[in-house]
Amino acid sequence: MTAMQIFFLIVGLVILGSALMVVTTGNLIHAALWLIVTLFGVAVLFAILNASFLAVVQVVVYIGAIAILFIFAVMLTHKEMRDRGPQLNNSWWLNAIISLLTFGGLFWMLQSWNGFSKVAADFPSSYDAVGQLGNALISPDAFVLPFEVASVLLLAALVGAVYIAFNPHSGDSRK
Amino acid sequence: MIPLSWFLILSAALFSIGLFGVLSRKNAVAILLGIELMLNAANINLVSFWRYGDVSQMAGQVFAIIVFAVAASEVAVGLALVISVYRRRNTVIADEIDLMKW
Repeated sequence: MTAMQIFFLIVGLVILGSALMVVTTGNLIHAALWLIVTLFGVAVLFAILNASFLAVVQVVVYIGAIAILFIFAVMLTHKEMRDRGPQLNNSWWLNAIISLLTFGGLFWMLQSWNGFSKVAADFPSSYDAVGQLGNALISPDAFVLPFEVASVLLLAALVGAVYIAFNPHSGDSRK
Repeated sequence: MIPLSWFLILSAALFSIGLFGVLSRKNAVAILLGIELMLNAANINLVSFWRYGDVSQMAGQVFAIIVFAVAASEVAVGLALVISVYRRRNTVIADEIDLMKW
């Protein structure tokens, strides 16, 4: 077992443990903070996989924007922050069985695939992955159209979010 | 070097945990937290297939960036809906948001 594999196992355990805390903890603020731990672990995985740009974007966009948005939403609906009884619904054991079956099915399907235990070729040391990614994003031969569609989607979603959350008859700022 | 199977098993487990969260949490915000976990599992898969395949083909990373954009817009609209429902019905418990029966 190499040092890299031990490091991967530690990061994987942190990811899975904090993800379990996200779905089971009673206090929603704590769940959002555990989500930040999970997202940071995924950013470390991206760094292990030589996707340095995605690791930075994961920290900036996911942790810096999405997780903070969750914390704001929990605070705006703060009456529910105090756990009113159990946070899981009555059929949680059935849902746990469904999740385990999903994992088992995925595992069974993956291990029957012949590329399952493939080992990566060494990353070419002179290869500029970030530059290649930037070229691919703006090159007409590659992905400029999906990239622009994604930006239009973001704009539409932001306008829609402002419209939905806007309260037309709020004289004072409260309620 | 780490075999591909480790990444795939980790992301399958993360996906299953997110699925459990989506199915069993009562609070609508917590359901969105579960969806975030599932999207992250998909991203781990995309990036590891990029790394273990041909690194000169950037499709895996580009698709992961598009997943980022979709996740950001999904969270923005979803949380706006939750806040709007909270203002009208004073609850964010998914079982109690049953306007069709009202």
